[in-house]
Amino acid sequence: MSNPYAKLPAWADYGLIPLINLLVAFFVAGLVVLLVGENPFHAAVILVDGAFGSGQGIAYTLYYATNFIFTGLAVAVAFHCGLFNIGGEGQAYIAGLGVALVALTFDSVLPWWLTFPLAVLGAAAFGALWALIPAYLQAKRGSHIVITTIMFNFIAASIMVYMLVDVLKPRGSMAPQTRQLLEGAQLPKLGWILSEFGLTVRPSAPLNLTFLLALLMAFLVWVLIWRTKLGYEIRTMGFSPKAARYAGISEARIIIITMMISGALAGMMALNPIMGDQYRLSLDFVAGAGFVGIAVALMGRSHPVGIVPAAILFGMLYQGGAELAFEMPNISRDMIVIIQGLVILFAGALEHMFRPWVQAVFASFSPRSVGMNQPKGERA
Amino acid sequence: MAEAAIELVGINKSFGTVHANRDINLVIERGSILGIVGENGAGKSTLMSILYGFYQADSGEIKVGGKPVSIKTPNDAIALGIGMVHQHFMLVQNFSVIENIILGAEHEALLKRSIANARSELDRLEHEYGLEVDPDAIIEELPVGLQQRVEILKALYRGAEILILDEPTGVLTPAEADHLFRILRQLKEQGKTIVLITHKLREIMAITDTVSVMRQGTVVATRKTSETTVEELAELMVGRRVLLRVEKGEANPAAVKLSVSNLTVKDSRGVTMVKDVSFDVRGGEIVGIAGVAGNGQSELIEAISGIRRAVSGSVLLDGSPIDVTGHADPGELRDRGLAHVPEDRHHVGLVLAFEESENSILGYHDKPQYLKGPFLDIESIRTDAKAKIAKFDIRPPNDRLRTANFSGGNQQKIVLAREMEQDPGVLIVGQPTRGVDVGAIEFIHKQLIAMRDSGKAVLLVSVELDEIRSLSDRILVMFDGRVVGERSPDATEGELGLLMAGVEKLEAAE
Amino acid sequence: MEFVDTLINILNSTIRVSVPLLLACLAGLYSERAGIFDIGLEGKMLAGAFAGAAAAAVYGSAWIGLGMAVLVSVALALVHGFASITHRGNQIVSGVAINFIAAGSTIILGQAWFNQGGRTPSLPPEGRFGSNTLPFAEELRGVPVIGQIYSGLLSGHSLLAYAAFLAVPFTWWVLFRTRFGLRLRAVGENPAAVDTAGISVTWLRYRAVICTGILTGLAGSYMSLSQNAGFVKDMSAGRGFIALAALIFAKWRPVPAMFACLLFGFLDAMAIRYQGIALPMIGKIPVQFMQALPYVLTVILLAGFIGKAIPPRAGGVPYVKER
Repeated sequence: MSNPYAKLPAWADYGLIPLINLLVAFFVAGLVVLLVGENPFHAAVILVDGAFGSGQGIAYTLYYATNFIFTGLAVAVAFHCGLFNIGGEGQAYIAGLGVALVALTFDSVLPWWLTFPLAVLGAAAFGALWALIPAYLQAKRGSHIVITTIMFNFIAASIMVYMLVDVLKPRGSMAPQTRQLLEGAQLPKLGWILSEFGLTVRPSAPLNLTFLLALLMAFLVWVLIWRTKLGYEIRTMGFSPKAARYAGISEARIIIITMMISGALAGMMALNPIMGDQYRLSLDFVAGAGFVGIAVALMGRSHPVGIVPAAILFGMLYQGGAELAFEMPNISRDMIVIIQGLVILFAGALEHMFRPWVQAVFASFSPRSVGMNQPKGERA
Repeated sequence: MAEAAIELVGINKSFGTVHANRDINLVIERGSILGIVGENGAGKSTLMSILYGFYQADSGEIKVGGKPVSIKTPNDAIALGIGMVHQHFMLVQNFSVIENIILGAEHEALLKRSIANARSELDRLEHEYGLEVDPDAIIEELPVGLQQRVEILKALYRGAEILILDEPTGVLTPAEADHLFRILRQLKEQGKTIVLITHKLREIMAITDTVSVMRQGTVVATRKTSETTVEELAELMVGRRVLLRVEKGEANPAAVKLSVSNLTVKDSRGVTMVKDVSFDVRGGEIVGIAGVAGNGQSELIEAISGIRRAVSGSVLLDGSPIDVTGHADPGELRDRGLAHVPEDRHHVGLVLAFEESENSILGYHDKPQYLKGPFLDIESIRTDAKAKIAKFDIRPPNDRLRTANFSGGNQQKIVLAREMEQDPGVLIVGQPTRGVDVGAIEFIHKQLIAMRDSGKAVLLVSVELDEIRSLSDRILVMFDGRVVGERSPDATEGELGLLMAGVEKLEAAE
Repeated sequence: MEFVDTLINILNSTIRVSVPLLLACLAGLYSERAGIFDIGLEGKMLAGAFAGAAAAAVYGSAWIGLGMAVLVSVALALVHGFASITHRGNQIVSGVAINFIAAGSTIILGQAWFNQGGRTPSLPPEGRFGSNTLPFAEELRGVPVIGQIYSGLLSGHSLLAYAAFLAVPFTWWVLFRTRFGLRLRAVGENPAAVDTAGISVTWLRYRAVICTGILTGLAGSYMSLSQNAGFVKDMSAGRGFIALAALIFAKWRPVPAMFACLLFGFLDAMAIRYQGIALPMIGKIPVQFMQALPYVLTVILLAGFIGKAIPPRAGGVPYVKER
């Protein structure tokens, strides 16, 4: 009856409840595994082993995690401003164009360490611009950003198909993709770091420099949100637009800037597959990473310290899922899509479902800790 | 004596620690108009909500027509012939009048016959009470007065014998209000029972048969309207409370620091809430604005502090204009020395999810002392916050604690510390002690006096008449969007109470 | 003459591609009119399509397939309701979740049950809703224009297609002529008004999402039991979102919803037919342009440049009784 956010100790709020939500999501996923006639515990073992059991597995896990760190950060930054950016998928896709333009232009003339910063700028700029239009429409014309970003995902997909089929495809080629990038646009792999720890990693393993860029961005997002004036303004807007107005913060300006940062982060995801693994821009290279970002951000509670492990967890699901599909033909990698959905459902839409129950448990231990400590006269 | 339409016996209702209704006994006679008056928070609306099935009383009994009943939902109330006209209309804006009337009272799955029924019924009501309204008009295109009429029709269509109106004239023009009263009288003549909740004594005197005065959750008196006077009611309403005395010397008013002329402001619904208001505040004085909540005080201070755009008028701060009708920016006004403690600290003055130190810079977060380039200077912010915590005795003295975890009084101190410590020339304070414990009230009052004594201009808005009287050097009373009078703090409660209730001259009440 | 044939051909395929859009669009209309945003139409359609095809394959009956499709879609709609009505969760987040759960589980279960790479077995004729020839369609085929329209355009669709177009006036009638419709529209605009009138906001909204479930189930069935002979993975291919766009485009009204769906369907049909063919005056229009057009138009509409799409006022906001 009283407010749904009655107080619990911080560790329960930020640790216990998300953990319960996550466990329920995996429990339901386990039921699906049962439904297709496999043993969920056995499946979990194969999954974890496939993801972390070998150097090669770890390299793949971290490669996927790289994508999700970017898109998770993108969603999180928007969340802090009270915005829901479902457009990460499209922003990353369009950013691929920015990466490709830089890479195709300079790969024969510059070394990779000069191409890379330019490509980062290209990716960020294209991603940010693709987020700018929905942001502007939200800020100035009140168009619901959820709907516009969804629409922009589809528009992005059409543009990219057109660009790849009709513009960027080399003459005489059948596949809708750009030419192979030369060495000047190929990022160094990071498999050797794992080798240093005595793990075996084949040179083809896709983990590359972009992973470090993702970690750097996670750090920078933390700095941005909690250590800069802009971040302060973003959070104020996200928690209370009225307080922001009172504090003299321009709503339109903050919405636009936040969305461009969000778009830029989503855009950087394009660097990982294009310059780090496939060495070309191809159709559908984003492969849902933009949407995984939603699950990652929700699970990581929009904090980089939560997002990085959440991204690695999803990286594990992607990599381990591939192994799992090999061992248990009934369980393809699409199992991850289900888990993703369940995580979004339980950690997002139903995040407060278990709260009353947890509160009741806490109240039975110490009645004063739960929602009872409302100061006198607060209601007046 | 006529029979009782409704009898309330020993009603109690608490919200958390607040005892909103305490042992209420009330008899509402059939075919009469009962007025319930009281200040904000006296428990009037809670009582009526219990009667309409919105809340359940913690204890007590309700009798309708002499029989004990249980009213658990609005449905039960409707079935017992109780209808309510809410202060904020419960209408679907893009529906037609007739659709709103039948909503929830459709007789069958198809609308055709219900609509036909409602049409003839509306016709009848129109003839009987003069409640004219075009059944096919869309609500949002109707003026507020007509929207209210639709609410009344809704209740009558449902067969209401007892009609509760919650602050019905708040949104009406005087002409519309007069029309409403004519309708209410007619309804009474037809045998309906009417309960009118209001804080406007003029209305009570004009229309009611009986009046009950509520104060702090209890009914303190019930009088025949013909046997009482506005003075008595005003006194009963405010009560003879011990005035919280604050030690303060003579004021030394200096030059005008804030000058408001002909300010007119509308709220978000488009209702004009501030009407042509003018006044000055000098350095070294506290000007208090008294009034019952909802008479335009909130909109007034929002407009002056740049949060709400004014329709017309001008405001001078230290002699130079504030663009109140255009792009006044709260941030820029802070730079010019205008600080603002907003009425709603939970949603406006503070971000409850923030740490204490983060809130201690809200609005001043772009001041150079808190920044290192684009970065927040956490070190300096926290040192600053700790200093304020010490000076204002904010408890617990923890600048990393989430603001939501502080008590109301300490939250208010966080806001006050922030706004006062920037050494503004003008301080606008809204409801400085709402929801604040007694100890903190004294502290806050002393701080405001200290501001005054250091030569600052203080504009104080409060619905607590006590507070206004003990702090102010001059008192302006707002009623219905206008400043209806200026009094010295020596004015009696009765006199101020009358002004607050919209009675400008004593004769007007007779 | 040839022009008329071509036109009828295009319009015929317009109708075919419009049917699932229309059913999904009307589905969304019930929910959103009641104040529950639903971006999970896509997922419910997909789940319905799969459940329908799976049941039809196993039991060899289109009707059992249809029933199963509706059942599963309604179940997912109830999950959305549970999250957004009972638990007052974020409706967008819940919709996204349902899309993923549907996308993943249709493939996993399909593979586990049928072992055909996420497809369901090809359905026999009795497992499908085939085309129905209207009376005298053959006899009138020779009559110029009118006969051609009757037999070439109006005749020969599946039962579900006719149901979809009949659902338009029916929905209009429900919305504007019944008690349920009145309350449904009211709860999407001002739930407090509904609550004070003594009607349960919760139960009303649940009934609305159930309607959504039923119609998305029909939309899914059309895809897998009529348009195709079985389920193919990801066969909804964004149609749920186009339907959402159409709903906005139609400003949440049933008859304009039909025209919006027909417009978007027409663009799709044109895109398929005129892939890469150069048009006089304009030159070659990329097929992707046609595919993106519904989304572009919707964004322009949302931006308020052509009219203004005002969603139901209480949309997306969980109802909390005010103190």
